[in-house]
Amino acid sequence: MDVSQYLEIFIDESNEHLQSLNDQIMILEKEPENEDTINEIFRAAHSLKGMAGTMGYKRMQTLTHDMENVFSEVRNGNMKVNSDLVDVLFQCLDALEKYVSNIQQTQDEGTEDNEPIIKALNAFISGEKKQEAAKAEEKKEEPAQAASDSAASTIELADFEKNAVNEAIKKNMHAYQIKVSVDENCILKAARAFLVFKNLEGHGDIVKSVPSVQDIEDEKFDFDFTIVIVTNESYADISGIIKNVSEIKDADGKEFTELFPEEQPAKEEEVKEEKKAEEHAAKPAAQAQVPATASSKKAPAAGSKGKAVGRTVRVDIEKLDALMNLVSELIIAKNGLVSVSSEENTDGSIGQKFNEQIEYLETVTTNLHESVMKVRMMPIESVVSKFPRMIRDLSKKLDKKMELYMSGEDTELDRTVIDEIGDPLMHLLRNSADHGLESAEIRKERGKDEVGSIFLDAYQDGNNVVIEVRDDGNGIDVAKVRDKAISKGTITAEQAEVMSDKEIIDLLFRPSFSTSEKVTEVSGRGVGLDVVKSKIEALGGDVEVKTSYGEGSTFTIRLPLTLAIIQALMVKLGDEKYAISLASIQTIEDIPVTDIKYVHAKEVINLRGNVIPLVRLRNLLDVPGQPEESESITVVIVSKGDKMAGLVVDSLIGQMEIVIKSLGKYISINKMISGATILGDGSVALIIDANTLV
Amino acid sequence: MDEVKLLENNSDSQETVQYIVVKIGNEQYGINIKYIDNIVRNQRITRVPKSQKYFKGVINLRGEVMPVMSIRLKLDLDDDEYTDKTRIIIIKIESATIGVIVDQVKEVVTLTEADIEKVQHNPTSENTTGFISAIGKSKGELISLLDIVSLIEEG
Repeated sequence: MDVSQYLEIFIDESNEHLQSLNDQIMILEKEPENEDTINEIFRAAHSLKGMAGTMGYKRMQTLTHDMENVFSEVRNGNMKVNSDLVDVLFQCLDALEKYVSNIQQTQDEGTEDNEPIIKALNAFISGEKKQEAAKAEEKKEEPAQAASDSAASTIELADFEKNAVNEAIKKNMHAYQIKVSVDENCILKAARAFLVFKNLEGHGDIVKSVPSVQDIEDEKFDFDFTIVIVTNESYADISGIIKNVSEIKDADGKEFTELFPEEQPAKEEEVKEEKKAEEHAAKPAAQAQVPATASSKKAPAAGSKGKAVGRTVRVDIEKLDALMNLVSELIIAKNGLVSVSSEENTDGSIGQKFNEQIEYLETVTTNLHESVMKVRMMPIESVVSKFPRMIRDLSKKLDKKMELYMSGEDTELDRTVIDEIGDPLMHLLRNSADHGLESAEIRKERGKDEVGSIFLDAYQDGNNVVIEVRDDGNGIDVAKVRDKAISKGTITAEQAEVMSDKEIIDLLFRPSFSTSEKVTEVSGRGVGLDVVKSKIEALGGDVEVKTSYGEGSTFTIRLPLTLAIIQALMVKLGDEKYAISLASIQTIEDIPVTDIKYVHAKEVINLRGNVIPLVRLRNLLDVPGQPEESESITVVIVSKGDKMAGLVVDSLIGQMEIVIKSLGKYISINKMISGATILGDGSVALIIDANTLV
Repeated sequence: MDEVKLLENNSDSQETVQYIVVKIGNEQYGINIKYIDNIVRNQRITRVPKSQKYFKGVINLRGEVMPVMSIRLKLDLDDDEYTDKTRIIIIKIESATIGVIVDQVKEVVTLTEADIEKVQHNPTSENTTGFISAIGKSKGELISLLDIVSLIEEG
């Protein structure tokens, strides 16, 4: 059955379920008695099992099946949820996530059988401690490793296998466990083993083999393997048949004379019987049967997935990109029309109708643009939902108590940005957890709550989305940074004297810079902050840090909301035209030259009580030519957060909606230029990023 | 085995590469045709402040903004003087598309291996020779074959 067409859906839905499981288990840890949560987890595991079975991913199916068993015990009240169980459950989740990501990359779930996790799960069911894995009953279809059991000890049998042996003994048949040794010089071990199986076929049923039949056929065994066979014939006959195969050294074994104790609640028995039917074929579990059982389970699973989520649509990103391009071209065409219409003013009346049409076109394109942008936007929730779990793990690893408080998870960001923002945020959170928060003793000394707090807040500010990562920990020790920088040779002692605190802190963002003495798995290598900064700048944003020693630090990330089309103010500098994003602009002022004052030898103006530094764009951008002498200057007041600056331009052209085009790869651009746009007359205008000038 | 060798020899001698011959300053240069996407007339180039000096700026090519490099400045020759013969050749290499300014586009020549002589790279000589990978001969004239990939990629 070819299920590859369903692969995409499978991956999407599995990820959804895994995320839901993640959230629910976190809740479960805090509220072990919450029935809704338990049911939700059971349903998710059940759905996953069904899907995995349909797609033929046996290992995933086995693992989810075991999880489901554990949860059914919990649901029935036979088992309590404790911290150890939650740990094991998280391990299961990690294993499942690994399977899914393997599937995503290679269409195969990988070969990791995760036997220790399965054993641990089973240990919970049999109510014993994890360490006594020896007594763990195996519910797996196939054992994971090439077992090197000696012939004397009984190999472990799963329940249905024990049942088969019991049935046989009851019917007065014989059940033998035989260890077959292959000659060391034998070249084609798999072929020999296969012959053994084939020859035994007519004489009895092979209930189990260790390693599994599949592994034997793949030659994944050393020189012996053990089989359990149920037959009417005598031991001598069977071992004779085996030894008859050439290059078989020995066949040694014993008979099962006692019945195995019967166990297991009835519910599992039905599942086992289906599996028993597969096993008796002495071939790897037949794919045909698995989908049959799994698909019948999938139907109820699909029905029970009634989680109320907002109506969502999965859209292929390429289609969206194509749409985006179309809209961009539409806007360029519209701009062209606008410039034509403004030139042709000879006949007044025609010009008017033209303008009306243009206005209509403008409305249409703006609306189209907005709806498309909305489709591309996703709430950051999808990225940050992993963080509480990560903090919990870190808290255990670092042995510091900490809590993560998040707000603004419904703030939306463009899809491409969402993909990239996860890593930097994770770095910042780890930083706060590892370097920021102090140990419990120090916190007590300082009178702080023993549980450290990390805050992740996201909100919209103008044309930007702001994400703040705040902790109430140690703050950044500027002196320590300074000393480390000097000792590393990053700066000289003289430079350190003149650098402001802010500049010292900015050193942290340099590659390979870290003040921690040792490198741990979590951090200390000095890689994190540098990567954070470059990734965020690559997205067109920036990152800043504010800190207060002893009280904590705040990292502020600013990202542009829309990526490609913005409203801009066109200005003229000399003969060149430039665009400034309208969102950063507060006001435009005409300032008499006499009002310019000087502070620290820099030009400023006093605007309604605010002292605003002036930025002479002509000089900054090396615009050729001399500015005209005039009595007043045009100043565009821009703001970033609560800081403001005044950009001095020669004249204003007007407001325009522009399409942002990238400048290409090899031309090195200053941070001030964030891109280019094509104007209606076909010429190129550069876009000034006001944020970098403030 | 011998037959296979014979075949190889045959294909070698017939291997030819086409180059576009351009005039920059007083010399002729050749650019491998496989990298050339397009040739356009000289148009208004928008200056990009604070960029490398050999980048003249950007142009609008059918809706795409494309950086334009001056080969003259990259090779440390005199600056460009635009005439109506000046052209911008759009070069497409795997990582990017950029334009280069040439004084004149002359023709397309087909060169075989025999016509091409590799140049010894002398570490003490000037920068310019680094970008010239070989010298080609055609109709009695010498053409410096540009290593266009390194010209664009190296800073």
